[in-house]
Amino acid sequence: MASCPECEGTVVLTERPQVSEIVECSECATELEVVAAEPLTLALAPEVEEDWGE
Amino acid sequence: MTCAPTTVAIVGASGYIGGELLRILLGHPLVEVAAATSDRFAGRRVDGRHPNLRGLTDLTFLPVDRLRTYDVLFLAAPHRETMRRIPYFLRRAGCVIDLSADFRLRDPAVYAKYYGVPHAEPALLATFRRGLPELWRDELRTADRISVPGCMAAAAIISLAPVADYGLAAGVVTVDARTGSSGSGTTAVMTGPGGRAGAAHLHAERSGALRVFAPTGHRHEAEIIQATGLSVRMGATGVEAVRGVQVVCTFALAAGVDEQAVRGAFRKRYAGEPFVRIVAQRRGLYRYPEPKILSGSNFCDVGFAVDEQAGRATVIGALDNLVKGGAGNAVQCLNVRLGWPERTGLEFPGLHPN
Repeated sequence: MASCPECEGTVVLTERPQVSEIVECSECATELEVVAAEPLTLALAPEVEEDWGE
Repeated sequence: MTCAPTTVAIVGASGYIGGELLRILLGHPLVEVAAATSDRFAGRRVDGRHPNLRGLTDLTFLPVDRLRTYDVLFLAAPHRETMRRIPYFLRRAGCVIDLSADFRLRDPAVYAKYYGVPHAEPALLATFRRGLPELWRDELRTADRISVPGCMAAAAIISLAPVADYGLAAGVVTVDARTGSSGSGTTAVMTGPGGRAGAAHLHAERSGALRVFAPTGHRHEAEIIQATGLSVRMGATGVEAVRGVQVVCTFALAAGVDEQAVRGAFRKRYAGEPFVRIVAQRRGLYRYPEPKILSGSNFCDVGFAVDEQAGRATVIGALDNLVKGGAGNAVQCLNVRLGWPERTGLEFPGLHPN
């Protein structure tokens, strides 16, 4: 378990998270990338935003 | 040992809210639906008006003056008619749960201002408890007279309660409400004032329209102000949907409030609530509260977005107007009142796709 850098929600991780692994926050659904395993560091993964108004 | 089921009757059962009360209560394991009234359809089968209930009940509509006594009476009659007959209704059951607008407001002058007529029973207004467990659960545990909020009001009150409780807003909160056509009830086409407004509910007029039917001062504004203490201005638009309400509330942030504070307020305010979910996501099919996926469910989804640079926030709420905005919320109040698990009879999660 880790804390989401976006919303501080709970992030469930595999037993041995790997660098570059993508995980998802259970609260804000942000995709997060494991950028370091030891110590565990999560960062926002790149994403494409919705735009319905163009 | 077995316990006798709680007997309930539904007044005004031929309408959409009445139909949803029947649907939910016929599936409620601790309740027996003993009567459903409609003067207009007296003697006819209930499933004629509510064909989704075929095979589930043999009830026929009873004239309202033939009610006996029951443990609980649900009132789904139109406003004005409810207050006119309230002394009769109060004699019919130990617990009365009113879904009309007549006993929602505490101040008879405010009622007259928003509903255009003087209240017929102003002395009774204070005897009703407000029926929204998320705000008044403890009061409901002992309440024998309960008045549930309007559908758009319920969505806005639940959405704005954290804003009020944690002092997130500075100044006026603007509520832009969107509602499906079922919010107009079953008689809207026939009973518009002078037949004029009624025509606006015809499919030919309503389909495809985004009808701003109350650009300012919608009636539910008074309920939201009363419940939250916020300064609120409300408008409403009818949209291309049968069910569903969505409220989009905007306001300036109070000094020192950032996104983290807003998220924290919502998280703390609704931790453990069985029917409120926080939906403010960066990804997904529906990233903010969407009534489409709540059809038939008793959930109210709430979400928010913060523009820290502009010092403003948008809070969004969604629910099924006939369920959490009416019948489901009333049954939730019943569950609280009788000490039953709050989800009893209300487990349906909604449909997707829908």
